[in-house]
Amino acid sequence: MATHAAFMPGAVTEKQSVLVSWLTTVDHKRIGILYGTSAFTFFLIGGIEALIMRLQLAVPDNTVVSAQLFNELFTMHGTTMVFLAIMPMSAAFFNYMIPLMIGARDVAFPRLNALSYWIFLAGGLLLHASFVFGSVPDGGWFGYANLTTKQFSPGHSIDFWILGLQILGISSMLAGFNFIVTIINMRAPGMTLMRMPLFIWMSFVVQFLVVLAFPAITVGLILLMFDRFFGTLFYAPAAGGDPLLWQHLFWIFGHPEVYILILPAMGIVSEVLPTFARKPLFGAPVVIYSGIMIGFFGFGVWSHHMFSVGMGPVADSAFSIATMLIAVPTGVKILNWIATLWGGSIRFTSALYFALGFIAMFTMGGLSGVMHASPPVDLQQTDTYFVVAHFHYVLFGGSIFGLAAGAYYWWPKITGRVLDERLGKLHFWLMLIGFNVTFFPQHYLGLIGMPRRIYTYAPDLGWNFWNLVSSIGAFTIALSFLVFIVNVVKTMRAGAPAGPDPWDGRTLEWSIPSPPPVYNFAVVPAVQDRDDFWLQKYGDEHGGKPRKAPAPRPEDIAAIHMPPPSYWPILLAGGLLFMLAGALVSIYQVILGGLLTLFCMYRFALEYHRPRAGGGHHG
Amino acid sequence: MSAQAAEHAVHDPNLGITGLDHRKMGMWAFLGSECMFFGSLIGTYMSYKGKSLTGPTPHEIFNIPLTSVSAFVLLMSSVWMVLALNYLRLNNMRWAKFWILMTALFGAWFVGNQVYEFAEFVHEGLTLQTSLFGSTFFVLTGFHGAHVTGGVIWLLSLWALALMGKLGPEDYLKVEIAGLYWHFVDIVWIAIFTLVYLIP
Amino acid sequence: MSTARPSALAARTATLVLAVAILAAGCGWSGWDRPMTTVLPKSDFGHRINDLFLLISWWTLGIFIAVEAVLLYACWRFRERPGAATPKQVHGHTALEISWTVAFAVVLLIIGIPTIRIIFKTQEAPAATALRVDVAGRQWWWEFKYPELNITTANEVHIPAGQTVAFHLNAPDVIHSFWIPQLGGKRDVIPGRVNRIILTPDTPGEYPGQCAEYCGMSHANMRFRAIVHTKEDFEKWVAAQQAPPAEPAGELAQKGKELFAQSACVGCHTIRGVSGGVLGPDLTHFGSRKTFAAGTHRVTPENLVKWIENPDHMKPGVLMPNLGMKGEQSRALAAYLLSLK
Repeated sequence: MATHAAFMPGAVTEKQSVLVSWLTTVDHKRIGILYGTSAFTFFLIGGIEALIMRLQLAVPDNTVVSAQLFNELFTMHGTTMVFLAIMPMSAAFFNYMIPLMIGARDVAFPRLNALSYWIFLAGGLLLHASFVFGSVPDGGWFGYANLTTKQFSPGHSIDFWILGLQILGISSMLAGFNFIVTIINMRAPGMTLMRMPLFIWMSFVVQFLVVLAFPAITVGLILLMFDRFFGTLFYAPAAGGDPLLWQHLFWIFGHPEVYILILPAMGIVSEVLPTFARKPLFGAPVVIYSGIMIGFFGFGVWSHHMFSVGMGPVADSAFSIATMLIAVPTGVKILNWIATLWGGSIRFTSALYFALGFIAMFTMGGLSGVMHASPPVDLQQTDTYFVVAHFHYVLFGGSIFGLAAGAYYWWPKITGRVLDERLGKLHFWLMLIGFNVTFFPQHYLGLIGMPRRIYTYAPDLGWNFWNLVSSIGAFTIALSFLVFIVNVVKTMRAGAPAGPDPWDGRTLEWSIPSPPPVYNFAVVPAVQDRDDFWLQKYGDEHGGKPRKAPAPRPEDIAAIHMPPPSYWPILLAGGLLFMLAGALVSIYQVILGGLLTLFCMYRFALEYHRPRAGGGHHG
Repeated sequence: MSAQAAEHAVHDPNLGITGLDHRKMGMWAFLGSECMFFGSLIGTYMSYKGKSLTGPTPHEIFNIPLTSVSAFVLLMSSVWMVLALNYLRLNNMRWAKFWILMTALFGAWFVGNQVYEFAEFVHEGLTLQTSLFGSTFFVLTGFHGAHVTGGVIWLLSLWALALMGKLGPEDYLKVEIAGLYWHFVDIVWIAIFTLVYLIP
Repeated sequence: MSTARPSALAARTATLVLAVAILAAGCGWSGWDRPMTTVLPKSDFGHRINDLFLLISWWTLGIFIAVEAVLLYACWRFRERPGAATPKQVHGHTALEISWTVAFAVVLLIIGIPTIRIIFKTQEAPAATALRVDVAGRQWWWEFKYPELNITTANEVHIPAGQTVAFHLNAPDVIHSFWIPQLGGKRDVIPGRVNRIILTPDTPGEYPGQCAEYCGMSHANMRFRAIVHTKEDFEKWVAAQQAPPAEPAGELAQKGKELFAQSACVGCHTIRGVSGGVLGPDLTHFGSRKTFAAGTHRVTPENLVKWIENPDHMKPGVLMPNLGMKGEQSRALAAYLLSLK
């Protein structure tokens, strides 16, 4: 039950309807829930796209879908899973958990936070509006020029893709600025950088990757848009333009992007394992430094996605060495996670199962990645089902398993109820088995020559049986998510209530009620170490005694000022969507949308300028 | 300071544990991303330098004297920005307003020069579609010009707020942040001017 | 939970053992012998890659087994027991961290050094005696020119065993990728630049190839075949290709030739002595090929008729227009094409 201790005059009052309260929320917890439900919905859409593809590929020379539709499906499946499922699901956890885990009451810029969400939703809606207009993107999720130029992709499909991604880029970058400032500037007293939980560290690295990598794809997309709309020559070979310019710009973004996709899951696993092994993360500083190194060096390996383009032996060698180097901190992290379990007292909850699944599957994906790091070997593997297997092992076996672990782990904190453990384990086993049945055979298919992005294949190449097996696996994965949905519905109706600390956790979020009050912490905690909450409960082995945090007094709570709700984030996002969608319609819509956006920006910026009474406010 | 203001200062929601205001830190993070943005555009320009198949060459078409004046104008505008902040801190609103306006006007002068330059180039046969040089030049400098324009609008808005009595020394941070952005845009121009116009 | 755990762990251990068994058996397994396999190479380029692949595979397999085994063992050994005390709150072990970091670095050196060597070896310039084949990847077929031999053909590339071939790759339209899996790795075909693959095939045979970079609607249908001949057979093929096309035998084929020469076909196709179009495949010796439409259909009268009457139906998005040929017209054209041995 929310209490807003102080409202700005003229702002939205308590008499809001439920709908309006969600549309105008600036509470990081609600924004996290918005991200999570949206991301899961897009994940299901992307999953259905995958199921249709696997139906088509189950037998050779199949006619379930046309070539065009298949090409649209793999484009949208990739784009959706990367930008509309995994990234926003990570964002759901950033939003909900970062302030809780650093002992803060919200993020640095709550309205900007809401704005990021609504802009994300706008981007997702614009991309999917392409289905309504029969102009679905079909250039692949990495949209290589010059196939995506107007000459070879007439119509609006690629335009939807460009505009959708630009909008999503804005959303991610705004959130990046927000979380960087939050993590640096809003930690509870005593929480030095090295005392931050690992999830915070990995999220911190991710935000830097976002703000530094997205501009490259922003520029790449701008150049493509200018080629398509204004006839510039950036990707025009006939005028001396180089299609490889697109690949460089895309992968300078794209490689850090894959670390953006995996590091949050690594952060989650780094929280889940210690909790359920009842001992601290082994080598926490090493895991932190490994994360930093992966983020930093991740900017130096992008051309390992381009080993087949003919960069020459020197460039091939340089990127190969750099890629192999990154395998070291990655492997070190895996061993540290295992060492965390070693000597522990392991409780096998669903959350832990998913974390273990992450380690097992990500190890496999990482090892096939080491194979790809060798350019000669990669010349056989790239653009085949072998690399499809590799990236699904790291993105599904890695990210999705990790995010699932986070969902089961933090569900009690977010909703106040514990997800059913039996259904959770059923979900895990179905997902683990289904996932491996789907993707393990794809290594073999790649090694016997099956290229990727083909809507059908000949019956005499020996690919038939394992394609069928893979398709059956895909439906098993779908079944596992049905189990999850059943679990969610069951739990929301009549799930076991969770106290503040159902898992006997180690970090600050477990020290407050489930779900937390709107202000999170009645009293801002003072932190003395990493895993401070554990130490408060149990003391440490060097004579430190358990501490009890002081009970909150009513006057503490009354003195808390939480930022009030605001209309401007959703309105500004709407203006931005109207303006950018206008590129598909007419210049007048762009101009009108631009004016609307400018207007909303002014109102947003000036909303708390010169407040009339009671304290200036919030970002 | 009144008791209320004193209490407010203690509980300033925008002040972080590093002593830096959130908004200033946020601007620095934004400027970091802008480095990558302009870096990508400059990188594109450099990789296509000398590769055009047709059309006027940089050497043929650039008006270095005019562009040098423009560069100087933009540099001076950064000086005016420093003056504006200085007077704001001293609570001299008359001069603060003046120098904010001068910064904006010099920025507008720069953009005006650029518009004139673009029109001349088009007249002399260089457009977006003419060659790689045309495409890269106009997109790189055009996006820079758009950033300057955004800054001018921002500064004029601050000036208007000041005219309405709604900007004072207590808003120092907001003007400082605008200044950070303005100086950054100026530095990017120094890089562009050097790499695009001066280096053959 | 305590009853479920041991069986759960047993299940996962069993899965791991099974996986290991499958992988180990993989070496002698005939399941690798497929038309587009990458692990039974038939050229020097393919062998070099495969040797490196095997080296890396053994190491990664070993690491995989070790890591998964330790993971599973830790889960089993350190499962919570009733009444257990809180475990020792170990924070780390510096020597261990250093050791396994160094171990990983060493393994990567073992993989990396041969990698660099093979990169340079496989990208060396070809000997002057190499046979040059110019490959043009177009949406969605392959053109092969032999500049030294004055031969232009499409969708089937013939090369001699035991001689180095230098494929020069270019794309007039979008990015494609040239790949004959049994003969080695792929190389992208990129507008505005010329890439190269140098290889020496060792065994005569027919090896399917396929475009491996998404290039639009019918990317899946952009296949081709590489036919490796003995030296003698290759010379025979060259001679047959250099010879002018056979005169059509039979009335139907003769009708087809006349129809061809009068129709829009000549705007896109070359048949030496008859037409000079360059937008579509050279058809001079079409009848000598076993597949057409970029390796997607066998050359039979029925398939040819279907193609001529409705190319888009057999290859979505194909650039060859439907010229409205029907009935006897299409049969005549098919007969003519078949006669072009």
